[in-house]
Amino acid sequence: MMLGKVTATLVSTVKHQTYAGRKILVVRPMDPDGTLRPGSVVAVDTVGAGEGDVVLVASEGRAAMEILGYDRRVPLRSVIVGIVDSIQSGSKEQA
Amino acid sequence: MKLGRILGKVWATAKDPKLNGLKLAILQPVDEADSPIGRELIAVDTIGVREGDLVYWVGGAEATFPFAERQIPSDVTIVGLVDRLDPSRK
Repeated sequence: MMLGKVTATLVSTVKHQTYAGRKILVVRPMDPDGTLRPGSVVAVDTVGAGEGDVVLVASEGRAAMEILGYDRRVPLRSVIVGIVDSIQSGSKEQA
Repeated sequence: MKLGRILGKVWATAKDPKLNGLKLAILQPVDEADSPIGRELIAVDTIGVREGDLVYWVGGAEATFPFAERQIPSDVTIVGLVDRLDPSRK
């Protein structure tokens, strides 16, 4: 899973039916020390994450299928699976 | 999934029969600031995009699963059109 920070909410009307009714967020990859990395991931939220939250993103199709309850493979791979409360990295800790 | 900007379309008459009937688009991967990331890709278009559209797309094995009844030989498939991005206030 990837550590990231939610930077935006994605509003989309025309989309594949797999995404219908789901909250879609844009997540920037983040180092454990809080540094944001280049690139953006579009992920479906399953845990009630919101803008500014530090989250865990799983990017694997079969994991997405299991979490979202599909009995067949779907064109969706990135899912927010957790909201991070705190990180301890080396001697540093941040909320 | 990732964001991308549609730069154009591609037509190919001679192609794998499993691609028949599918539309192909030129896709530039971008970040949320619309800055290009890497090179342009050719994507299967499942939603009917137009040049200039901001979309999100899926790569890898998941790109082969847009249809319940068949798999397609694609490694990049467009799955949604972005109306807008509401930036974080925090």
